Amino acid sequence: MKTTPFFKAVMAIVRKDLQAEMRGRELVGAMGIFALLSILIFSFALELDREARTEVISGVLWVTVIFSSILGLNRSLAMERDQGNLDALLLAPIGRGAVYVGKLIGNYIFTLAISAILLPVMSALYSVSLFDPFVLLTLLLGVLGFTTVGTLLATMTVQTRAREALLPIVMMPVALPIILAAVRASTGALSGSAQGDWIGWVQILGALDAIFVVMCFFLFPFVVEE
Amino acid sequence: MTAAAAHSAAESLPRANRLGSRLLILLSILTVIGVLIGLYLGMIAAGTDIEQGEVQRLFYIHVPSFAGAFIAFAATVVGGVAYLITRSVKWDTLALAGVEVGLALAAINLVTGSVWARPIWNTWWNWDPRLTSDAIMILTYAAYLMLRSGIDNVDTRRRFASVYGILAFSTVLITFLIIRIRPDTIHPVVIGPVLTDASMMASQGDFELNATPGVTSAVAFASAVWSILVPWVLVWWRIRLENIAHRVSALRMKVMEQ
Repeated sequence: MKTTPFFKAVMAIVRKDLQAEMRGRELVGAMGIFALLSILIFSFALELDREARTEVISGVLWVTVIFSSILGLNRSLAMERDQGNLDALLLAPIGRGAVYVGKLIGNYIFTLAISAILLPVMSALYSVSLFDPFVLLTLLLGVLGFTTVGTLLATMTVQTRAREALLPIVMMPVALPIILAAVRASTGALSGSAQGDWIGWVQILGALDAIFVVMCFFLFPFVVEE
Repeated sequence: MTAAAAHSAAESLPRANRLGSRLLILLSILTVIGVLIGLYLGMIAAGTDIEQGEVQRLFYIHVPSFAGAFIAFAATVVGGVAYLITRSVKWDTLALAGVEVGLALAAINLVTGSVWARPIWNTWWNWDPRLTSDAIMILTYAAYLMLRSGIDNVDTRRRFASVYGILAFSTVLITFLIIRIRPDTIHPVVIGPVLTDASMMASQGDFELNATPGVTSAVAFASAVWSILVPWVLVWWRIRLENIAHRVSALRMKVMEQ
């Protein structure tokens, strides 16, 4: 059987995810409300003064982004599985790698959309401008890193008994190096210290992304065979 | 499954052979002797550290147990990759045994480190990068066991566990390498090239292996025993246990069919 070219298949899956989202708004809605609630809770819980805010804002940003992305990943893959679409994708004459990259890009876009909502809201609520080119770069790289790991692991955990409960447990430790590097890089960029002090973290983040993308791409076929 | 199929399934399982058992018992005795010699070298033969006193002797268990955990977790990666390629159950058993043995050794490593830190750093725990990444590593492998227990289908369980076992090793590598990336750690670089940056040396404190007589040989001997004998013997016992458990369940199936 002739298989659909890789990029065409990837784009078809991404388009399907975006279209479903445009019509249902099931993911971005839940993720967005959750993210806004978390930053409000953080600002009550931490009772920050002006100086402390600049110190912790990138930590708050990353914790919020990763938790709402876990929420979205769970939903995204659970929907595929419950409605039988995952099986349909696997039956289709496309490579397993294309399925993975398609789902990854979809989840990446959704999490970036959440980040795009968070940036202005947080800048306003915490009176710290987050619109720094390096913070944006760190977001692009960091979100890519943990959606890469998350898409693979969510595909696994939606097939288990514990389902939603298991994803944070298996994903957080593996994604932690990415979060660590991302928090350090964005804190450094916001603190206004010399670029040489923190640019290394951006490089580490890029390297981690490359490692995880390659590993997860090759491991994905093993978690969907049946 | 028919009775005949259950019977053949029970027969096809690896049965511990006599030679293997003897070799394992011999190796176990050797391991105990090796650990005891290592303890003798560390606790009695090596000189007392001038700055830290007797508590420094915990290093003769602390460092070797991490070496053992590293080997055991590496065995999980080998088992995972080999299982995904060959789909032979024995490789998954190796991976599972590696995780459990590695967790036990990593726990020894963490506890001895904590006991040592109480008098030296004046706290049981601090958020030193290596401590943090070590704790994450242990939680990752605890998550591995949770993932396994959450899947009913044995083939799916083995497949997912193999994939996760390979991914989880990244936390081991980070724990091993983090002291080279993060200069603000208090853990010294013991193996490999030491960056002789003055500020870094100051923050790490001087860790001179040769400062006290007998330290180098004691650490080297104990690390060799703990990374060559201890994990492999424990993994072997664990594999035997798993095989026996497989046999028991297969035999139970057979009895129930009749």
